Amino acid sequence: MKRIVATLALGVSLVAAAATARAAEELALDRWPSARAHDVAALQNGARIFANYCLNCHSASLMRWNKLRDIGLTEAQIKDFLIFGNQKVGDLMTTAMDPKDAKAWLGKAPPDLSLITRARTSFEYSGTDYIYTLLRGYYRDASTATGWNNVAYPNVAMPNIFWEVQGPREATLTTVERVEGSSKLERTVRVYDVDGNVKVTKAELENGDPSSSYSFKATDEKGAAKVDGDVADLVAYLAWMTEPVAQTRVRIGTWALIFLAIFTVFAWRMNGAFWKRVK
Amino acid sequence: MGLHNTEYKGVLGWFDARMPSAMGAFKTHMSEYYAPKNFNFWYFFGSLALVVLVIQLVTGIFLVMNYKPDASLAFASVEYIMREVPGGWFIRYMHSTGASFFFIVVYLHMFRGLLYGSYRTPRELVWIFGCVIFLCLMGEAFFGYLLPWGQMSYWGAQVIVNLFSAIPLIGPDLSLWVRGDYVVSDATLNRFFSFHACAIPLVLLGLVVAHIFALHDVGSNNPDGVEIKEKLDGAGHPVDGIPFHPYYSVHDIYGMGFFFMLFFAVLFFAPEMGGYFLEWNNFNPANPLVTPNHIAPVWYFTPYYSILRATTADFMVWLAAAAVAMGVLIYFSVPRRAIGVAVLAAALVAVVLMVVPGIAFDPKLWGVILMGLSVLVFAALPWLDRSPAKSMRYRPRWHFALLIAWSVVFLVLGYLGTLPPEPARTVIAQIGTLLYFGFFFLMPWWSRAGSFKPVPDRVSFAAH
Repeated sequence: MKRIVATLALGVSLVAAAATARAAEELALDRWPSARAHDVAALQNGARIFANYCLNCHSASLMRWNKLRDIGLTEAQIKDFLIFGNQKVGDLMTTAMDPKDAKAWLGKAPPDLSLITRARTSFEYSGTDYIYTLLRGYYRDASTATGWNNVAYPNVAMPNIFWEVQGPREATLTTVERVEGSSKLERTVRVYDVDGNVKVTKAELENGDPSSSYSFKATDEKGAAKVDGDVADLVAYLAWMTEPVAQTRVRIGTWALIFLAIFTVFAWRMNGAFWKRVK
Repeated sequence: MGLHNTEYKGVLGWFDARMPSAMGAFKTHMSEYYAPKNFNFWYFFGSLALVVLVIQLVTGIFLVMNYKPDASLAFASVEYIMREVPGGWFIRYMHSTGASFFFIVVYLHMFRGLLYGSYRTPRELVWIFGCVIFLCLMGEAFFGYLLPWGQMSYWGAQVIVNLFSAIPLIGPDLSLWVRGDYVVSDATLNRFFSFHACAIPLVLLGLVVAHIFALHDVGSNNPDGVEIKEKLDGAGHPVDGIPFHPYYSVHDIYGMGFFFMLFFAVLFFAPEMGGYFLEWNNFNPANPLVTPNHIAPVWYFTPYYSILRATTADFMVWLAAAAVAMGVLIYFSVPRRAIGVAVLAAALVAVVLMVVPGIAFDPKLWGVILMGLSVLVFAALPWLDRSPAKSMRYRPRWHFALLIAWSVVFLVLGYLGTLPPEPARTVIAQIGTLLYFGFFFLMPWWSRAGSFKPVPDRVSFAAH
């Protein structure tokens, strides 16, 4: 038994050794308020923002308009308030923009958003947190082609679509990096003003860990807060759209497990009834 | 009238008089198949493997009804099944969760074999059929994984097919032949679909029948490793045997209750299983122009993948040392000098092909060889294991500790295989690789060592 415990302990330590050195410097993402996934008003608002802002360039070509009935919208509402152009409620959420044009205009065809929060999930972070951070993480940067840059996706091709509502913001990006060939660390603080001009200050640190963080100072507090709320709703919608059946799935699963628990009790007694003969 | 005599009445009697082989087969394999009465927890996994096979076949049939094996349609057709086909999501999740559970069940089934020496005489053929089934299963999983046509499907297939190109002379042409194109493409998808949905399932079914027939000819092993056929009662039945039906059919139904609870817990509440059963990056459609930063196979292949990746240029000298040590050990262990010399010569050739500059194979090829060997080595177990007792119950405790240690190494290699490579991880994987093979290749020596407990005549069984 001691040997077994010892070998298990060895195994655990090997795994622990393997697990360290996971990129510690990666940006800590903001947490998307996940309660919105179960809030129908939030989902509907998210769908509205999605149709108004995202669908101009992005498609959701695996998603049919009338699927939105699942989050409590009627066909008339879908047709009157969400569909622009001549699509029918039975159509897929495609975009009018030709992928070739998109590549010429933006440098890259905007990805289809049908599965986006699932596709952007990884072992390190969830796709919902990533998109939530991305959409709220724009700052003015005079050095880029669009005049925008992003804390979660440096040099992103997509500009800040919420800028009018959000109002101008000042961004402070702080990174702490190890100095090569030395035990010291270097802290770099980049302050981007509302016009995208950057002021960089560097300092040397004796100890600490590599890290990356950012903060924003909004000139229009109300507008910025509204965008935070809208993006949270939009992410709720995007997460719902990756798998519209998810909530049904969990509901059915609960019943399936209850049934199986009862089934197993009967199977257990049936087994006992036969096996009592075996001596 | 040409009818056979029958012991049955009514419809069954009418049927049996005309086709006695049907009830004959039922008797041979169910109601008069005598199985040891002391089966424990580990003996659920054989019948569970059959259950999962049926799940995969049935859900597979329904998936094919809506799936499109076409590079431009495949990804969307899977999502069409998930979103628009009534109940499609359930069928698809059954199939994707079933793939992972197939491997969980089969790995536990194989572990049972190692624990109780189920591959030992007279069950070598049962074991070998099982090993070929395992190979088919790996093929089935590999070909099937391309079908959703996501990023991981695409690049995983690209990486694995490229491994063939490491083979000298014919390699590049061979991988081209397998792909049917210069890159993984629509041609590849179509042939993989054909293999996944047609060729391999046919072979698999035949092998499963052979596996069960071979088992029922020699009879099941049991946790004590006692041959129950050596103690018969007056009627010629093993005294420690009970008819499979009804005793083990009801027992296995009971086990299935627990199995399905676990299976459905994953299927309904975490079908991606945190990215291990359905990889996140596979929700991105295949893009031949964008190589993912990190390409990893699904968890059930990662132990072998780890061994492949561990075989780097600086590992070759260690491998060569291991080959020399193995050659010397065999030379001094075999009674016939000629065999010893031949083995030593083979080891030297291997060493030359490992380390001598200019002649040595590319380490990548050795990686492919070791990866193949890590899967095939299971088939050699009946001849590697020289223990006087079959079951771990009557072998020295440290034999059991070695088995557990090997299992831990297997899991550690598996975990490492899911992560991007880093120098420290590679070293751990290299140590793991040596331990993995050491367990098997040193087995003829260690399995004989230590003090064994006497094996009883009868199985140990406490009535329920």
